[in-house]
Amino acid sequence: MTEILLYLSWVLIAVGSFFIVIGAFGIFRLPDVFTRIHAAGVIDTVGAAFLLTGLGLNVEFGLVTVKLLMIFLLFFFSSPVATHALAQAALADGIHPVAEDLREVKTVAADKSDKDDV
Amino acid sequence: MFFVAALSILVALSLAVARALMGPTVFDRVLAANTIGTLSILLLAVVGFMTGRPEFLDIGLTYGLLNLIGTMAVLKFFRHGDLSYDDKDTKKNT
Repeated sequence: MTEILLYLSWVLIAVGSFFIVIGAFGIFRLPDVFTRIHAAGVIDTVGAAFLLTGLGLNVEFGLVTVKLLMIFLLFFFSSPVATHALAQAALADGIHPVAEDLREVKTVAADKSDKDDV
Repeated sequence: MFFVAALSILVALSLAVARALMGPTVFDRVLAANTIGTLSILLLAVVGFMTGRPEFLDIGLTYGLLNLIGTMAVLKFFRHGDLSYDDKDTKKNT
């Protein structure tokens, strides 16, 4: 039983590390603040959750597990608050989301194709 | 496996630091700083497990609370230009 839990914890730690690298790559590569917030959310939710669960399964149940749970709860509540405030502040500062430009381009293109059909 | 996790967190940290240096807006830097804080907590936890001293988790917990307060303070300053800004005060005055 403990063997199975140990293997499961290794798998969870590996998956968490994978998602952390994916999220950091997104923060580095994506085009504007709002899309980068989306990438940071991957680290705060999936990456941290998998990694902390993996660490928690790696030890006997005790004080360490409770501390890991506290860190998980801290991420669970503080990460949405921070990202929401960040998006609000960026919008209030007049930063225009890139995604909206893309949508406009798409609708213009769709209108054009409709006219071509007529 | 702890080593692999620590290594991937270090790679992610270097990417976040690069974003913090590149900018271009102040919000990108705040986001990168927040991510660096999150990754530091995870690195502290993993290194604590790797060296067999899980007491490092306490430091991570404290650092997480400081990270949240720091991010909120910087954002409040850049949005309102004043750390003591209160919505009620402005309503009373106008």
